[in-house]
Amino acid sequence: MHTTADIQTTWPDAIYAHFRRVAIRQVGYVPDAGHSRLIELCQADPNIADVVLTTEEEGVGLVTGAALGGQRAALLMQSSGIGNCINMFSLVRNCGFPCVVLVTMRGEFGEFNPWQVPMGSITDKVLRLSGFLTYRVENAEDVDDIVGAGCDMAFDGNLAVAILLSQRLIGRKQWVR
Amino acid sequence: MGALMLDRRALVRQLLIDRGDLLVVSGLGSATYDVAAAGDHPLNFYLWGAMGGTAMIGLGLALAQPQRRVAVFTGDGDMLMGIGSLATIGVKQPKNLAIVVLDNAHYGETGMQPSATQSGVDLVAIARACRFRQARAISRIEDTADVRTLLHSGEGPLLISAGISSEDVPRVLPLRDGHAIKDRFIAALNGGGAEPAQPN
Repeated sequence: MHTTADIQTTWPDAIYAHFRRVAIRQVGYVPDAGHSRLIELCQADPNIADVVLTTEEEGVGLVTGAALGGQRAALLMQSSGIGNCINMFSLVRNCGFPCVVLVTMRGEFGEFNPWQVPMGSITDKVLRLSGFLTYRVENAEDVDDIVGAGCDMAFDGNLAVAILLSQRLIGRKQWVR
Repeated sequence: MGALMLDRRALVRQLLIDRGDLLVVSGLGSATYDVAAAGDHPLNFYLWGAMGGTAMIGLGLALAQPQRRVAVFTGDGDMLMGIGSLATIGVKQPKNLAIVVLDNAHYGETGMQPSATQSGVDLVAIARACRFRQARAISRIEDTADVRTLLHSGEGPLLISAGISSEDVPRVLPLRDGHAIKDRFIAALNGGGAEPAQPN
């Protein structure tokens, strides 16, 4: 049982618990502050191959190869990374591969860097145009429910599901260190 | 690029003779036609798009099936577009992954414009710098037997860059329906059963 205060920092653990529940075996990511705790949990899990990508579209290939080989995979990236993936998403749509992408949002609530805004403001639309179902999480209390439902829809139905973790959930990036 | 250029069809056919339980991913364009021309097989995953992604599909497959050999056949254009994936593969060090780059130094599908390899960009050197266990270039048909052994039993990750003739060859067009290619591959990997793969 988590207290409210715990949930504000441990929501990545809820995502990881679903990765375990649905037997995710490969996780591709570009390093990201918002996903740092989840990435560390995956790296520490001997049942998960963690694959650090040089660019996010590599992860779409990874998911495809994993599914061909009978394993489930998930991708972790920032909203900017969705822009890098657009053409590679044709693999998912054209072949009907299950795909789960957890997107940490930038360029919205309290963003200090205007260069993040152009991609952040179109991330949801781009995903939908690319054939994804998108679900947005605003509150830490909802992470468990929404990520669980998204994983089930993707892997039970060979669907592409993106879960957008809002910038408000993740917390504003500190501009001055 | 040596003076003697390999015939791409003959090379791929010889590399895939008696392929055993090899899993094959082919990059869009001529590499897919070459793999199809060597003999259609349910354990071929033919790409018709997703340029730059071929090697990464090979990595995901190699990680999922560590007991099987995975061979990626692709062109220099696709490999150059996915050049960062060589670094990604170098980090994971999959022992069962081999990449064959069919390098004609041109973009064949779009009218034979020169690729970066024509200017001397060296994919073998890049693969070595990315910690590939083995990387070599071939341009002589006499080397095919050695390369076949390397492809089927050498410790990966390994990359073979084959200097092939840029001569146009007839297209051999395999399945194009992505769902059909995927479902056939997965069924064959599961021993021919119709059931989709259960997560292992």
